[in-house]
Amino acid sequence: MNAKVEETKPDTVTVTIDGREVAAPKGATIIQVADEQGIDIPRFCYHRKLSVPANCRMCLVDVEMNGRPAPKPLPACATAVGDGMTVSTQSERALKAQRGVMEFLLINHPLDCPICDQGGECELQDVSMGYGRSVSRFVERKRSVKDEDLGPLVATEMTRCIHCTRCVRFLDEIAGTSELGGMYRGEHMEIGTWVGHGVHSELSGNIIDLCPVGALTNKPFRFRARAWEMLSHPSVSPHDPVGANLNLHHVRGTIKRVVPRENESVNENWIADRDRFGYQGVYSEDRLARPMIKLDGQWRETDWETALEHTVSALKSVVSRHGGEALGALVSPSATTEEMYLLARLVRDLGSDSIDHRLRQADFRDDDHAPERPSLGRPIADFESVDAAFVVGGYPRWEVPLLNHRLRQASLRGGDVMFLNPRAHDWNFRPTLEHVVHPGAMVEAAAAVATALAESRGESLPQWVAAYGATVGDEHRRIADALANAGDAAVLTGGLVEGHPAGAELRALAAYVARTAGASFGVLTAGGNSAGGWLAGAVPHRQVGGGQGRGRDAGAMIREGMSGFITLGVEPEHDFWNGAAAERALGEAEFALALSPWATPRMKAWADVILPVASFGETAGTLVNAQGDWQTFAGVGRPVGEARPAWRLLRVLGNLLDLDGYDYQAPDEIHADLRGRVRGGEPDMLAWENDTLEPRSPSGLMRAGGVALYGTDALVRRGEALQRTSQARPASAVLAPATAAALGINEGETVEVRQGEATSRLTVTVDAAVPAETVWVDAGLQGSEALGPLMGEVTVTRV
Amino acid sequence: MQAIRDFFNSFLLVELLKGLKLTGRHLFDAKYTIEYPDERAPQSPRFRGRHALRRYPNGEERCIACKLCEAVCPALAITIESEPREDGTRRTTRYDIDLFKCIYCGFCEESCPVDSIVETREFEYHFEERGEQIVNKQQLLAFGDEYEAQLARDRAADAVYR
Repeated sequence: MNAKVEETKPDTVTVTIDGREVAAPKGATIIQVADEQGIDIPRFCYHRKLSVPANCRMCLVDVEMNGRPAPKPLPACATAVGDGMTVSTQSERALKAQRGVMEFLLINHPLDCPICDQGGECELQDVSMGYGRSVSRFVERKRSVKDEDLGPLVATEMTRCIHCTRCVRFLDEIAGTSELGGMYRGEHMEIGTWVGHGVHSELSGNIIDLCPVGALTNKPFRFRARAWEMLSHPSVSPHDPVGANLNLHHVRGTIKRVVPRENESVNENWIADRDRFGYQGVYSEDRLARPMIKLDGQWRETDWETALEHTVSALKSVVSRHGGEALGALVSPSATTEEMYLLARLVRDLGSDSIDHRLRQADFRDDDHAPERPSLGRPIADFESVDAAFVVGGYPRWEVPLLNHRLRQASLRGGDVMFLNPRAHDWNFRPTLEHVVHPGAMVEAAAAVATALAESRGESLPQWVAAYGATVGDEHRRIADALANAGDAAVLTGGLVEGHPAGAELRALAAYVARTAGASFGVLTAGGNSAGGWLAGAVPHRQVGGGQGRGRDAGAMIREGMSGFITLGVEPEHDFWNGAAAERALGEAEFALALSPWATPRMKAWADVILPVASFGETAGTLVNAQGDWQTFAGVGRPVGEARPAWRLLRVLGNLLDLDGYDYQAPDEIHADLRGRVRGGEPDMLAWENDTLEPRSPSGLMRAGGVALYGTDALVRRGEALQRTSQARPASAVLAPATAAALGINEGETVEVRQGEATSRLTVTVDAAVPAETVWVDAGLQGSEALGPLMGEVTVTRV
Repeated sequence: MQAIRDFFNSFLLVELLKGLKLTGRHLFDAKYTIEYPDERAPQSPRFRGRHALRRYPNGEERCIACKLCEAVCPALAITIESEPREDGTRRTTRYDIDLFKCIYCGFCEESCPVDSIVETREFEYHFEERGEQIVNKQQLLAFGDEYEAQLARDRAADAVYR
């Protein structure tokens, strides 16, 4: 036996790149090692997040293996490093090869840089500065390619395409929709959709960033600014609880576009389309420029001083006549933590605990069991490697597109991703199992999974689970077995649980399943800052730092009504579980104050004062995402008109109401104040499990609905380009074939959907994806505003 | 030796006579003074005066809103805003030049890929009100229309050197 300790690690090799000797992991490619070392190798088709096709040939380098040169230059992106390899990226042969490839690429590339939006940030421009000739040797005609309409988000100029296929690979590998492909060969190759189908992925905007040339550009941003004149500031997306990291690009205080900011633990380098194009809502036509007050039933614009005086005297009058507890606050779950904290303090200082941000939640019975903030139960990036995931009542593809991407990766790696849903959804991967039941039967189905799991684990079933008397079917057993046998499993509840009338029971059962299976448990919440809302005290039953509160939750405030309302960034007809009731409650209140960037005719019907506040990108603040990251950002754009950041407004209201401790000069001070009072650490998600709930079992014909992809919040609903996508069609009533037949309704007919007093006329779609006895109407769409409960009784009649 | 020469030069007024000789020569020489504005100095085709935006012969504005002039302007005198026109082409919605900031370096003209922004031979102009020095797109296009014949001639004359 050799007594000497082996010094070289078995899984690393030593390579020399441009005279620099480096240790690299076995199996790494030359381009990866060079990138790590900061050695520049030109490339077009290679992208570190995508597969390696090696089709652009721009990264050709000279390779020598143990003194023996390779017969030809090799592509650095597709050549693995080996022990004793010597790579030269700058040798004469390598440079000659790179220059040759560059010249070939430029044969057909048009010289239209002055009108190309990619000009100034173009990889082809940059590389041709280094490797191109100053004058082309080609006098032949350049080819031209017919453009295809990819939809309202991505503009095309396919003549500029250099066939790197990054977009094709992105849609195959990341978005999972495979909507683009290459047709024909050689010089005739064209990238297209084949059938004029367009690109409809919820992540489609990323192909704009990936395209190294100006073939795919940002359509809403088209021709509006140049890369060099924009200033970039970091920000965070408010649309979903992932909190995608963004860079906002602005010119003279106007936000021009949004691009992703790389953060491996949150969004990698992707963002969803609503993160990218939602900013258009900031400059929508109904943006409010000046404060408005209603005097004697007449709306009039006024100055800030008058509006604030009017507001303060009205608030004081409500408090003095009905008591502080008659005041309620409803805040958008996408508001910043600072705004939520100040608003929560304001209403509490006025004597009320009634503040809530969980506008779309139906069931609040488990409030006292809730952990200090909602969480996914594990880091976002970890979902990529789970062996089994079980999602109860959720459509993450629409709710949290970037989490769906992680689940998709888990599924592609062989993980079991399973769903229990009140309808079959359109997935961009193949779930192991999607168990579809009537919305009223979801609790029983969840109990069946719990029962099956307890059986397979040999545990005795707790009394409260056994009380459901669930019959275990084949699907339930498969879900239970997959969870029980997985090394690393995750259980999630989605937005359809949040909006479910028995959501508390579903959460309790899911938590029981997670605990029994040894899985992590997480909940998906609406908005970008639900976690921040819990921590900042924007919940009625818990004050900042854990003090007990006795206020009414969002559901009770709407049901029972309040004398005074303060709303922040809320459009009741779209944002509430029961939009019709919310509009009615706000309208019946003695005084309703709306802090909103926009003023709509509907808002003018229920509000008494509308104060314009700064919108996305215009205000500084913090959003807490679902894995508990406090992501702080600064204001970038100049607020439109006389709008002011909401934190500043709330601070002034505090002062004018003669309350103590509202002397903040900057949002950092509010942040520091709150942060000092909040307990950190991972919340105990299994605390949701509780045995105190009386079973509720809704049955009969039920409306069910999720929130539309582009209907999540007021900003997205004003994203002009997003609203022209295929996912933003007006609402329709989706019925199962059997239900439609029983009601005598055919596809395409108009029906009146009635929930209590709320009605809407919708077109019928017949789809077997929906279970019987269910009328599926998504929220946040044109036509579904001000309908009744997201899940609840409904009648459908032909008109 | 030098000291002796300097001594004699100093009291024989040699330097004075040299000076008077030069004065005397110019007294009888031809005169160069131009009686502006009655007389005009000749101008180069490359003269850099007030700016103009040109059009193509069919009346279409040349400017494609590439913003290179805005980027190259060392005095930050140019402000451009752009968006797609109804027919989908790339056009400016705003093209302002602050003639107080402008240093008439001609970089904008050099950088223009379509010979749209040019400097005319016009150098006699004034402003009477604050704010008039910022000339907008309409004014610049109007200047271009006014001087188009001259501008086209100048560009043709200079083309052989480019």
